[in-house]
Amino acid sequence: MKITVAGVSKEVKDGLTVAQLVIDENVEMPQYVTVTVNDDFVESGTFEQAVLHEGDSVEFLYFMGGGAE
Amino acid sequence: MALSNEQIERYSRHIILKEVGAKGQKKLLGAKVLIIGAGGLGAPAAMYLAAAGVGTIGIADADEVDLSNLQRQIIHQTKDVGKPKVQSAKETMEAMNPDVNVITYHEFINSGNILDIIKDYDFIIDGTDNFPAKFLINDACVMAKKPFSHAGIIRFQGQLMTYVPGQGPCYRCVFKEPPPKDAVPTCKQAGVIGAMGGVIGSLQAMEAVKYILGVGELLTGYLLTYDALKMQFRKVKLPSDTHSCAVCGDHPSITKLIDYEQAECDGVGL
Ligand SMILES: [Zn+2]
Repeated sequence: MKITVAGVSKEVKDGLTVAQLVIDENVEMPQYVTVTVNDDFVESGTFEQAVLHEGDSVEFLYFMGGGAE
Repeated sequence: MALSNEQIERYSRHIILKEVGAKGQKKLLGAKVLIIGAGGLGAPAAMYLAAAGVGTIGIADADEVDLSNLQRQIIHQTKDVGKPKVQSAKETMEAMNPDVNVITYHEFINSGNILDIIKDYDFIIDGTDNFPAKFLINDACVMAKKPFSHAGIIRFQGQLMTYVPGQGPCYRCVFKEPPPKDAVPTCKQAGVIGAMGGVIGSLQAMEAVKYILGVGELLTGYLLTYDALKMQFRKVKLPSDTHSCAVCGDHPSITKLIDYEQAECDGVGL
């Protein structure tokens, strides 16, 4: 099936979970990433249960500090 | 109050814009913006707002200028090393534009002083480098119903979002709570390209100016991400459902400000 990850269209296997996608995409520090699917938050701790569907749009939102120091 | 001839000349490139005009310039001169953190983000933001004639600029930072700051914190000069950052920033802004009244806060912001500091300002810019401060600013702005610009920079990446009360998610809607101390690297640990502060801090100044003028679309409900290596900006839509947020939601569980523990090695340094 086709999904969109961070704006890029990708072919992935049917039934892919958010947890597996996080691994496949080499997401840095996955325990602290915020994930949205079709502009809805995926609760942290539910990535294993979150099954993706054809046409889904996934975004990874990362903590970013920095600025002053 | 009418603009002086000198002001008409100084701000002529603003005044000629139909979105600004003399009326808009007067709004800027009457506006009050607080910048928390006189560092990589706060430096360019402060300089553009001072040059733009924002009449009152507050600047809060507890640190002194360090030689390693000068690679990106362009409001400070080599001669300023050792000086309080707020003092150095004030001198630069006042030299740029005598129309600007700069108010300095040479202190760490915390749950005890932030509400008092932000209360007189129209717009707040978060230019801090650590998550405890970012969450504190978010929660305080939500509670005090103040609009603010969040930003973060690291390595070759930056992000930005704008919160306006009642017009979309807050920072805590997106990032529920600070990551554990040292779990997510800071600029000191990971490095950052100096111009990144220029790009993202200038965008924060742009959001403040647009808010004051009441023009255009603010970055509410979106997270703007910038990847300098790919030279790619992305405006990522955020979920609009804020009902369950711990601070801006319908039944907030956070009703008092929290002082989270700071990462030790980077000094609380705003
Ligand atoms: Zn919220």
